[in-house]
Amino acid sequence: MLDETDRKIIQATQAGLPLTPQPYQTIAEQLGLSADDVMMRLTAMQNNGVIRRIGAVPNHYKLGYRFNGMTVWNVPDEFIDDLGQKVGQLEFVSHCYHRPRHPPEWMYNLFAMVHGKSQEEVDKQIQQIDDLLGDNNLGCDVLYSTKILKKTGFRTSA
Amino acid sequence: MDDIDKQIINALQDGFPICDAPYQQVAAHLGLTEQDLITRLKALLDNGTLTRFGPLYNAEQMGGALTLAAVKAPTERYDEIAEIINSFPEVAHNYARSHELNMWIVLATQTPDQIQQTIGAIEKLTGLTVYNMPKNKEYFVNLKLEA
Repeated sequence: MLDETDRKIIQATQAGLPLTPQPYQTIAEQLGLSADDVMMRLTAMQNNGVIRRIGAVPNHYKLGYRFNGMTVWNVPDEFIDDLGQKVGQLEFVSHCYHRPRHPPEWMYNLFAMVHGKSQEEVDKQIQQIDDLLGDNNLGCDVLYSTKILKKTGFRTSA
Repeated sequence: MDDIDKQIINALQDGFPICDAPYQQVAAHLGLTEQDLITRLKALLDNGTLTRFGPLYNAEQMGGALTLAAVKAPTERYDEIAEIINSFPEVAHNYARSHELNMWIVLATQTPDQIQQTIGAIEKLTGLTVYNMPKNKEYFVNLKLEA
């Protein structure tokens, strides 16, 4: 699906977009391509999902979001797709996934990351998820991060 | 960070145009000059308010693989375990979390096979069980935080 030129563009932009008035032209010049080619390929990659979006990623803590919880829920497998879609649509949920259980010690199969500026705010968010799941909530927990031990960007050597 | 910075952060989390002069387009929308937008954006990146600005690639769509995994690191060996685990370049993130499963890592590899190999290597070096939790399904991913 991706050819050599796409991979060069990925490598040239995975650290970020140039802060020049014509950033795609800048990339094109670095790679010996035309700006039109770079823009066309980026558009194609955005349309087919290789690029989730072009934009800014804030540091949660710097914006005051000091309470970042990984909420985990045990919900019946037969309803998880429907429930996962609904939980994922809550505006404070940034990531929502179905993941495998590891019985007996880890029975949670639905993961939703929530972010708030205070414990009360996050508690309310968790309550909203709980309300939404209703009787399908067979158990839950919230794991707060206490320390970042490592954080590097996802890099590909293409 | 002032109100203009906040508007920039909020606007740029929604996406960025692919066109000849995208900064100019976004700046006009925010009532700024192109140069002002670029200068402020650079400052927000330099001071760490923004960790990245650019295309966000989906590793799996590029043939790579990702997984979330956790271990129960005994308190007395916590730092040692973290050091062993972090030494793997495949470990992109490692977070300490409040739970019996107290160390949570994200593995990112070039191929799906390498996920299992890395987990095997971590288990061998630490003597711990790695609880692998690759996603079965993704319902939503979009980290947008109002500034």
